[in-house]
Amino acid sequence: MNEEHLALPDAQAQHPAPSSHPKRRRLSLGNYGDRFALVGAWVVVIAIFGILSPGAFLTARNFSTIFGSQAVLVVLTLALLIPLIAGDYDLSVVGVLTLAGMMLAVMNVQMHVPIGWAILAAIAMGLTVGIINGAFVVLFNIDPFIVTLGMQTVLIGIVLWISKSATISGVSPSLVNWVVVRRLFGIPLEFYYGLVLCVALWYFFGYTAVGRRVLFVGRGRKVARLSGIRVGRVRWGCLMASGALAALAGILYTGTTGAADPSSGTTFLLPAFAAVFLGGTTITPGRFNAWGSFIAVYFLVTGISGLSILGIQTFVQNLFYGGALIIAVTLSQIVKMHQERSQPI
Amino acid sequence: MQEGVVVRHLSKTFGGQRALDDVSLTILRGEVHGLVGQNGSGKSTLIKILAGYHDPDPGGHLEINGHAVKLPLRPGAFRMLGLSFVHQDLGLLPSLTVVENFRAGKISTTSQWRIRWGVERKRAEKAFERYGLMVDPSAKKVEDLPSVQRALLAIIRAVEDMAEANTDEGHPKGLLVLDEPTVFLPKTDTDQLFKVVRDIAASGASVLFVSHDLDEALAVCDRVTVLRDGHVAGTVVSTETSTDALVELIIGRRLEALTQFQRSEDPGGDSKVAVKELTGPTIRGVSFDLREGEILGLTGLVGSGFEEVPYLMFGATSAKTGHLTVGGVDHDLTKMRPSRAIEIGMALLPADRQDAGGVGSLTVEDNLMLQVLGRYFKTMWLHTRQLLQDSRNVLKEHDVRPAQPNMDFQALSGGNQQKVLLAKWLQTGPVLLLVHEPTQGVDVGARHQVYEMLRMAASGGMSVVCASSDYEQLSLICDRVLVFASGELCDELVGEEISKDRIAERCYGGGRNSCADQIAGD
Repeated sequence: MNEEHLALPDAQAQHPAPSSHPKRRRLSLGNYGDRFALVGAWVVVIAIFGILSPGAFLTARNFSTIFGSQAVLVVLTLALLIPLIAGDYDLSVVGVLTLAGMMLAVMNVQMHVPIGWAILAAIAMGLTVGIINGAFVVLFNIDPFIVTLGMQTVLIGIVLWISKSATISGVSPSLVNWVVVRRLFGIPLEFYYGLVLCVALWYFFGYTAVGRRVLFVGRGRKVARLSGIRVGRVRWGCLMASGALAALAGILYTGTTGAADPSSGTTFLLPAFAAVFLGGTTITPGRFNAWGSFIAVYFLVTGISGLSILGIQTFVQNLFYGGALIIAVTLSQIVKMHQERSQPI
Repeated sequence: MQEGVVVRHLSKTFGGQRALDDVSLTILRGEVHGLVGQNGSGKSTLIKILAGYHDPDPGGHLEINGHAVKLPLRPGAFRMLGLSFVHQDLGLLPSLTVVENFRAGKISTTSQWRIRWGVERKRAEKAFERYGLMVDPSAKKVEDLPSVQRALLAIIRAVEDMAEANTDEGHPKGLLVLDEPTVFLPKTDTDQLFKVVRDIAASGASVLFVSHDLDEALAVCDRVTVLRDGHVAGTVVSTETSTDALVELIIGRRLEALTQFQRSEDPGGDSKVAVKELTGPTIRGVSFDLREGEILGLTGLVGSGFEEVPYLMFGATSAKTGHLTVGGVDHDLTKMRPSRAIEIGMALLPADRQDAGGVGSLTVEDNLMLQVLGRYFKTMWLHTRQLLQDSRNVLKEHDVRPAQPNMDFQALSGGNQQKVLLAKWLQTGPVLLLVHEPTQGVDVGARHQVYEMLRMAASGGMSVVCASSDYEQLSLICDRVLVFASGELCDELVGEEISKDRIAERCYGGGRNSCADQIAGD
């Protein structure tokens, strides 16, 4: 009995592949059932809420809200996605988001800096945070989970300091204009920012040589290093990209309301994690991927939106997102086990 | 003397291959019994059966102190039977104190919820005193101990665990299994260890001493059993035999003559690759050179350091000193790193396939094409269809089965994985290919395909360094073999001299001392 479990690697090594009967089974990566299960689930969720409250849920206005209002979450999820592909957690993304939003408000409203310069400064701040995170992770070989957890708290501290713990409103209307007021096909522009970013990451990780190498860094550091990939540099770069994108999410967040508050941004962390893990179970199951994350965000938001239309209290959001994260991680584990089992041998 | 542990007719089959074949062995009480043999001769399989890690084939018998024990053993059951193991890595936790390590076995299994550290410390002190180990149990962390004291700590701990389970008026009467305990020890420190081992046997326990070093085995053991190809080649009394006689038993006659490749006759070409004064963790001042199209074998016993060479040359581990010349350009090996090595036309196929060779959870295509992705990135776009097509062709060309690029890499058998990884590097057209144990865990059929791939590559002008402890493999593919001992280059075999037996003879027969003498004499 125990031999079967313990000696598995050995036993596998000594069995040649069953070349005599090549299984003609489509492998999981090409398995449409697995790939589009989440899209199907999304349709089902829409149908259920549509039946429960057709008048309020199935309206163009509601969908415009769903798509438009959550671009911040989409961008933040994509920010989280990049270091995750390289095998690192970045918990500081919501700190960067909040600080970027607050910097914008403080600079633009209180210091009268033109909005364009304020935006550049916010993105530079995001990059800097990424550089600092990367320095600790790469140069001192510290677990990024811990580094970014500390960084997150530091950033929130800075936010409280520069804002004096108050909400600052009155940010330049031109920003608000370019984020939520202008619409294309009835959907606020910010939705398209998220979409463009998603396309960019899909292209980068799927269709450039550099992007594919990042995956090796995430899955097998030693293999990547021996294959000539500069592992430290890649991880560092991913943390920088994550900082810059998180800053962008913060700019969009402030642009949505024209104001920045010191605390609400942190509530995005959990939904972003839920989305990125749920996204890893779809499109290319078993791998974190941009389109999966994108779809997962809207799947989750549709659920929340439907629940709130049904008049369910806001604490349900916490139940929903927290539950979704756990279920998403479990699902990705199941996908992995299923893939392993469906392999020949 | 009384019989301690008796093994009869023990066999073990892995996927059709016999790793152990009808092995019988008697270890007396109070005896230090040696177990020697080449890699793959079945030593570790035998030990793993005693540890309950492998289930033996039906039909084997095990007796301990006159009582028959039912096989297979459950994992962990060995403790109750009075068996105790010290493996090569010693199983110590370096950051904990000596006493914490000493009682780790008890702490992890006890049902008592309070540990009385005072009592445990006294106990440790008493045991150390008995075997002459001068260490303060609570003051020192294990990482601060010299290597010989670490080894002794692990051994004394094993004896104490054994005594606790199974005592006869305070005397341990179990079996202590020492698996290569001296590999990481300086030669000068082994005497102290041997004394402790003798003391343990004198107190009534049996000791099974597994070693590669025949001089050592003869020095410490009463009798030595030699395994060859899974069966017992003989059991000899140490005082009535010699190292040479043991070597003969270990090598035996060659079982099967595999196709011998035509060795490339000295083409008289210039050496294209040269290594000078390479020093690493174990090896010191190693220099050699390589001709175009030559396959150079590096070998030696465990601990001789030969296996460090490819990693040092590739910059995977950093060298203390050393220079590498490739194509007339000199490179400082202390500053070498893998990315640089690849740029100058090197490739490394590491022994650890799972962890360092390929990523199991990615696809075969991902692993196969990693180095050449750039070629498929044209007009800002990775041409994935062509990538898939080409990878399928490469898989077919090297007879990887199944030739499915989309499959997870880990789903391939060891041999097919190795073919994929070799093909991965051959696509880059390296000038110098470094391989370490290229056929470890590779079945016989695929093994030959790997040899052919290496030979083909060499005939195309590539220089190959093959670090391996498989003498047969070296004799089949190498044009020249360098033998290492104690971190130094001590012997060279060329042309007709290269045979499996000759290599083994130089590895064992050379011995550490004589090799050192030879170096001093040069």
